[in-house]
Amino acid sequence: MTRRLVRRAAHGLALLAGVSLLSFVLVELAPGDFFGEMRLDPRMSEATVRLLRERHGLDRPLHERYLRWAGSLLRGELGFSFAYGQPVAPLVWPRARNTLVLTATATALAWSVAVPLGVWWAARRRRAAGHALSALTALLLALPDLVLAFALLLLAVRTGWFPAGGMVSLGHEGMTAAGRLGDVLWHLALPATALVLGVLPVLLRHVRAAVAATLHEPFVLAARAHGVPEGRLLFRHVLPAAANPLVSLFGLSLAGLLSMSLLVEVVMSWPGLGPLMLEAILARDLHLVLGPVLASTLFLVCGNLLADVLLVAADPRIRAEEG
Amino acid sequence: MEAEGPLLRVRGLTKRYARRRGAEPVEALRGVDLTIARGGALALVGQSGSGKSTLARCLARLEEPSAGEVWFEGVDLLALRGRSLRPFRARLQLVLQDSAAALDPRLTAADIVGEPLEVAGRGGRRERRRRALELMESVGIPSAWSARRPRELSGGQRQRLALARALALEPRLLILDEAFTGLDASVQAQIACLLEDLRARHGLTFLYISHDLALVAALADEAAVLYEGRIVEQGTPFRLFAEARHPHTRALAAAATFLPAATEAWP
Amino acid sequence: MPYHSAVAALLEVRDLAVRYHLGSGPPVQALDEVGLDVGDGEAVGLLGESGCGKTTLLLAILGLLPPAARVVRGSVRFRGRDLLGLGERERRAVRGAEVSIVFQDPMLALNPVRRIGWQVAEVVAAHEAWGRSRCREAATGALAAVGFEEPHRVYDAYPHELSGGQRQRVLIAQALVCRPALVLADEPTAALDTTTRAELRTLLAGLQRRLGLAVLLVSHDLASIAALARRAVVMYAGRIVEAGTPAQVFGSPLHPYSRGLVRAFPRPPAAARAALVPIPGAAPDLARLPAGCAFESRCPERVPACALRPPHEVPRPGERLVRCFTYGG
Repeated sequence: MTRRLVRRAAHGLALLAGVSLLSFVLVELAPGDFFGEMRLDPRMSEATVRLLRERHGLDRPLHERYLRWAGSLLRGELGFSFAYGQPVAPLVWPRARNTLVLTATATALAWSVAVPLGVWWAARRRRAAGHALSALTALLLALPDLVLAFALLLLAVRTGWFPAGGMVSLGHEGMTAAGRLGDVLWHLALPATALVLGVLPVLLRHVRAAVAATLHEPFVLAARAHGVPEGRLLFRHVLPAAANPLVSLFGLSLAGLLSMSLLVEVVMSWPGLGPLMLEAILARDLHLVLGPVLASTLFLVCGNLLADVLLVAADPRIRAEEG
Repeated sequence: MEAEGPLLRVRGLTKRYARRRGAEPVEALRGVDLTIARGGALALVGQSGSGKSTLARCLARLEEPSAGEVWFEGVDLLALRGRSLRPFRARLQLVLQDSAAALDPRLTAADIVGEPLEVAGRGGRRERRRRALELMESVGIPSAWSARRPRELSGGQRQRLALARALALEPRLLILDEAFTGLDASVQAQIACLLEDLRARHGLTFLYISHDLALVAALADEAAVLYEGRIVEQGTPFRLFAEARHPHTRALAAAATFLPAATEAWP
Repeated sequence: MPYHSAVAALLEVRDLAVRYHLGSGPPVQALDEVGLDVGDGEAVGLLGESGCGKTTLLLAILGLLPPAARVVRGSVRFRGRDLLGLGERERRAVRGAEVSIVFQDPMLALNPVRRIGWQVAEVVAAHEAWGRSRCREAATGALAAVGFEEPHRVYDAYPHELSGGQRQRVLIAQALVCRPALVLADEPTAALDTTTRAELRTLLAGLQRRLGLAVLLVSHDLASIAALARRAVVMYAGRIVEAGTPAQVFGSPLHPYSRGLVRAFPRPPAAARAALVPIPGAAPDLARLPAGCAFESRCPERVPACALRPPHEVPRPGERLVRCFTYGG
């Protein structure tokens, strides 16, 4: 099992390297650079701009710039931000933490709702409840995440039950530990809800499909024939057997949630990687764009590694194959 | 191609499967020797793990043997590859145990039987359909059922369909790997009669693979016992049953289920 | 009139009729006028081909018929209580503890992602309010009773790590761990090799004797029934057509179908090969049963009366029963 994990980790590292190269090249390919804007300012002479660019190495060939940046990565600085005039790392990590808080909470919440609800849905014999749920998920699925986020924002603004943005209120520093936690949670509520509502329909349908398919297996009839009560049957017998595709889905859902979260952060002013990246893109602040990209990729790789571990733990047949 | 001589001759057939690093390779077949005469019926008797399915698959070239020779109609079968192998695929057909799994559930009965003809490019569409219906009738499935799908047929009917499909390309040798397992006694009897009938009419040769010595006794004149990848004994079913020499043969004979003349009470 | 066994009946099935309503086609008459008894500690064999309704009968006894099936008529009395009238909770209390079942294909009947021991212990946990370790003890005991020499090792194994014969033993362990009075067996050896089959047959016979179990063995293998059962019942197209001891039914069958079945079975090899003798024709479609006897179209002894209405059961000397116009009915 460790061999498998080590292999996966190696894949992850290779993936990070590949992403770094690809994103670097893609962002570079976009016309213009940080100092391009300055040229429009008549007070700045062409010479000054050229000097600035030279100083920051923007006139070097592509591969050289990449290597310099990669070197900076390995030193832990994650490159240099022109707009902020400092290494990228200290800008990115606090934001990354916030994104992690949001995404992790949303993932946990979404799956905690999707699994029991999906199991219940699959086990329903009566049609009415199932149809209602089906319609609801279809509706949520059709609604763009952006619309959901804005709708929730509207709710916050109109009713005042939730804050309209940010992660902390004024005077956050002065609160007690419990108070501070409560404050963050209060701010977390809407962005997390937006994410959960966005991903829930997909998870729900997959859980239901996986469980419904497993319910037809002969061993379920056998367990019933032995007198196992329905509730225990569903959660201790059926669900583990249906878990295989769901664990893979877990890895995929992380990717989806991550990209959705960047969007939701921007709309709801959650201080995560999203707004940082947007700002950096608009300013053509190359390294500040790449930093969050890599941070997101790192989350993804770790998440998938976790999913892999869970898969091996959940299905003994895979364990046997791997040996 | 020889006109005389056995239809199938197997010498020293060996098949090894590699396992995880560090472990010895598994020898599924260890130097199997077999001969089947034209128009004959040989039965291979073995339990699960004896290598019988591996043998069937090697003969049908679904797997490559590790060593040995296979002479089919006087031609070295193992030397053929790719294009040259194709005509021989038609002459050697395999019918497997699980008919439900062997038939494409989306195709109709007529499609299933006609598929080999289509793949081999024999005849136009109308001609193929006519032949497919003819084949279905010859195995006892009414041509009126041509539009039925496998799930609408019983186990015995599916097995007949698989048989009809195997006959489509007019093979010389039919290998039936546990084709009777899971069927009821009367259905087994019906298919056995059908096969005998086909053997008489078309001069087919059969290789029956089974774990049931009792059934084999009713199907074939000659039987070989396969145990751990080797043929340990060979002879007529009667001799194997009455005068078994190898301990495994004796075990098989003891386990074989017949209807005893006088039914005893509990063992 | 149904057959009554000599001892007091543990299980009494009377005039059971079950219909399946599948989609748009006509309903499938899976069982009709089915009556049989299983006495305390008695082994009864139910013989019939695939699709004749044997599995439906077992599921009906356990109350596990799929929603498309409906019990049209009849009763299933176990220790005097009509199982069909029980609520779901009471039925669940009976299943596994008083009446248990051994299914046919052990690879399919076991949960692939759960350990063997856990699956056996679950049966205990469903019926006794014992703690985990006591359930584990009971499960290990059951595994030992079915012939595992190292029950603790098997306890921690997964189904795919065992052979077919071993898995079938696990199914038997599950069926016996709560000491039920009646064990239903649905083709318990069909998925196995001949040698393994013989071992399992001996095991079942031994357990039945030692534990005094009543067994209803459903099989299409005459030899299993001949070896294990004291009474044999033959089923065709959802109806019981003959009943007697195995010696009677297989030695001197009364019903033409039984006769055909016995003839189709392999004989001990003789010097000259004896080909199998089939019954001509095919089993009827249970959705389109004829107005008369279901076997009529294949019967070598049919008379015009056979096509008019189904025959009734007729008792015969020697505690036998047959449903055929040849004997009245």
